[in-house]
Amino acid sequence: MAQTTSAIGAAVPNSKAGRTFAGRVTVYGLVALIGLALALAPFLFPDVRSQEVAARICVFIVLVASYDLLIGYTGIVSFAHTMFFGLGAYGTAIAIKTMGPGFEAILLGGGIGIVAALVLALLIGLLSLRVKAIFFAMVTLAAASVMMVLASQLSDFTGGEDGITYSIPKLFAPATELLADADGKALRLFGVALNGKLALYYFVFISALVLFLGMLRIVASPLGSVLQAIRENEMRAEAIGYRVVVYRTAIFCIAAGVAACAGILRAVWLKYTGPEVVLSFDIMIDILLMVVIGGMGTMWGAVIGVVLMTLAQYYLKDLMALGAEASSALPIVPDLLNPERWLLWLGLCFILLVYFFPAGIAGTLMGKGVRR
Amino acid sequence: MTDTTASFRTRLTTGIDRFGGVLLLPVELAVIALLLIGQPSTWATLTIAGLAMGMMIFLMASGLSLIFGLMDVLNFGHSAFVTAGAFIGATVLGWLGFWVTGGNPALNLAGLLLAIAAATIFGGLAGWFFERVVIRPVYQDHLRQILITVGALIVAEELVLLIWGGAPIPVPRPAVLTGSLVLGGVSVEIYRIFAFALGLAVYVALYLVLNRTRLGLLIRAGVENREMVEALGFRIDRLFILVFMAGSALAAMGGAMWAGYQGLITAALGSEMMILVFIVVIIGGLGSIQGSLLGAILVGLMANYVAFLVPKMALASNMLLMMAILLWRPYGLLPAVKR
Repeated sequence: MAQTTSAIGAAVPNSKAGRTFAGRVTVYGLVALIGLALALAPFLFPDVRSQEVAARICVFIVLVASYDLLIGYTGIVSFAHTMFFGLGAYGTAIAIKTMGPGFEAILLGGGIGIVAALVLALLIGLLSLRVKAIFFAMVTLAAASVMMVLASQLSDFTGGEDGITYSIPKLFAPATELLADADGKALRLFGVALNGKLALYYFVFISALVLFLGMLRIVASPLGSVLQAIRENEMRAEAIGYRVVVYRTAIFCIAAGVAACAGILRAVWLKYTGPEVVLSFDIMIDILLMVVIGGMGTMWGAVIGVVLMTLAQYYLKDLMALGAEASSALPIVPDLLNPERWLLWLGLCFILLVYFFPAGIAGTLMGKGVRR
Repeated sequence: MTDTTASFRTRLTTGIDRFGGVLLLPVELAVIALLLIGQPSTWATLTIAGLAMGMMIFLMASGLSLIFGLMDVLNFGHSAFVTAGAFIGATVLGWLGFWVTGGNPALNLAGLLLAIAAATIFGGLAGWFFERVVIRPVYQDHLRQILITVGALIVAEELVLLIWGGAPIPVPRPAVLTGSLVLGGVSVEIYRIFAFALGLAVYVALYLVLNRTRLGLLIRAGVENREMVEALGFRIDRLFILVFMAGSALAAMGGAMWAGYQGLITAALGSEMMILVFIVVIIGGLGSIQGSLLGAILVGLMANYVAFLVPKMALASNMLLMMAILLWRPYGLLPAVKR
């Protein structure tokens, strides 16, 4: 991996310390703004679609940050992250479906999902993390596709392609009042009803926050330093006396566990689990794009990448539909602007980004790309 | 005690090696399957289907493996060539119309070969473009290679969707290759024989080029030690682009063959096949043609036997096969390079 980092490092100029400082302030400011916006999302953007977007951002910040632990901090390229995400989600969904909606079902199902993710990660890690990075990428890709096929074929458990729809604990139902006013209706705070939907959003938000802070702690811990040492120079880390395979497997398991937690949150929020929303390769590509756009090797980058990509997903498509309509008289343009084709543009942006700003937004701003 | 086990082990390994070593694995697999299936005629049909499928996968996998061996580039966008080959083959077959569906066997075959040739040529040209534009800037940098080729894969898949649309496209199969032969109670689809023959021809051609020509000598030398070949004054970048074009062309050829085999294709074809291709390359060992052939035949046989015995396990079985082989030989069965 030493060559990798030198190439990334060469692409990011580090001559002006002042600019880096300004960049740092910008990144922290952006992240603080995003955090604040998410914390107050139900009050700032009360409509249903914005709530959807905010909850999705929360879940994906956890998912993408855990992926960044692998790709950014340790230099492991895995394509199996959606597999772990899916294990958490499916565990929760199946438990709720069989045991009825209740917190014990979420705990048990989610717990089983996390344990399954950990065991699988341990197996894959011990089996294939000792060989080349590129080999590992292929093994994880194959494992993830097998998991996807299994999910759609074992339809007795997983509902096949249709997935599972279920109800969640009553506390989170929109009809539940947290605080009732004199008329027996849900009390309103700044015009927002204090109902179960709000409780659900804050459940997702606070869990995501805790997980994210936990990951920040890991990155700052001695373990985090060892991981970065492995990324920089595997041989040297081994020579100093760190057992590279053990550390790599450990972080792979941690990332898998966190991804499974994100899966639980997703399953609880959506009240639906299916291959399309938790397992598909499109989601893996989303995660990859988010990490690279935001900046590999910084937790803050994950936050920025997720927000940008998610907003683009929800609102750029609308814009493209408008563009396609406006240009419907021209020959090829409307096809190119068809909202279905948005991945085409995103893919092009992605390639250009990897060429010219391999450190991503946060990395470029903070001068993180330089690791020498 | 340890002495006897050690000598027993060496005796065992030399014993296995004398009979072809890992090359015997497909035979062993076939024998086990015969015992499990019981009926020889069913077994023979499945075996031929497996061999044909293996040969088509070999076409797709050999290019990937060679590109990796020589250039140290793992092209995650390889499946884009497979998809493009399939669609171009299907389109050409569609254009030729009566040539393909009519009763004249010579015209039928000519039409099919034309379609495969069109796909192959396109694959080569697209490979040239891909190497120049996408991969050239990121040699020596695995992380960015993976990212960029995945990005290119997204773009290529979207382009296929843009041109051919998302609905499945039927592929006309040449009249002479439809139907099946019955040989001693065993029915064999003719297309499978054709696929097997074509795959074998490609393998022999590749083998001869790599082992009997000066070009092949340079390629093999490049796989073994790139710097040394460069130091001796050969332009290794020209070899790179040649191998890349050949690999992409083979992928497109495999895609076109697979399209004819399936009869109905969608833009997801490439990525579906890619899983098997990756498994084959991992099993066989990166960078070796023999390894790819061995891996492809193993995977093809396994897929067909298990699909008959335990239908739901078909893909998972190949995954398990890969895991078992990785445990046994972490670099694959016949690796050309141990990096």
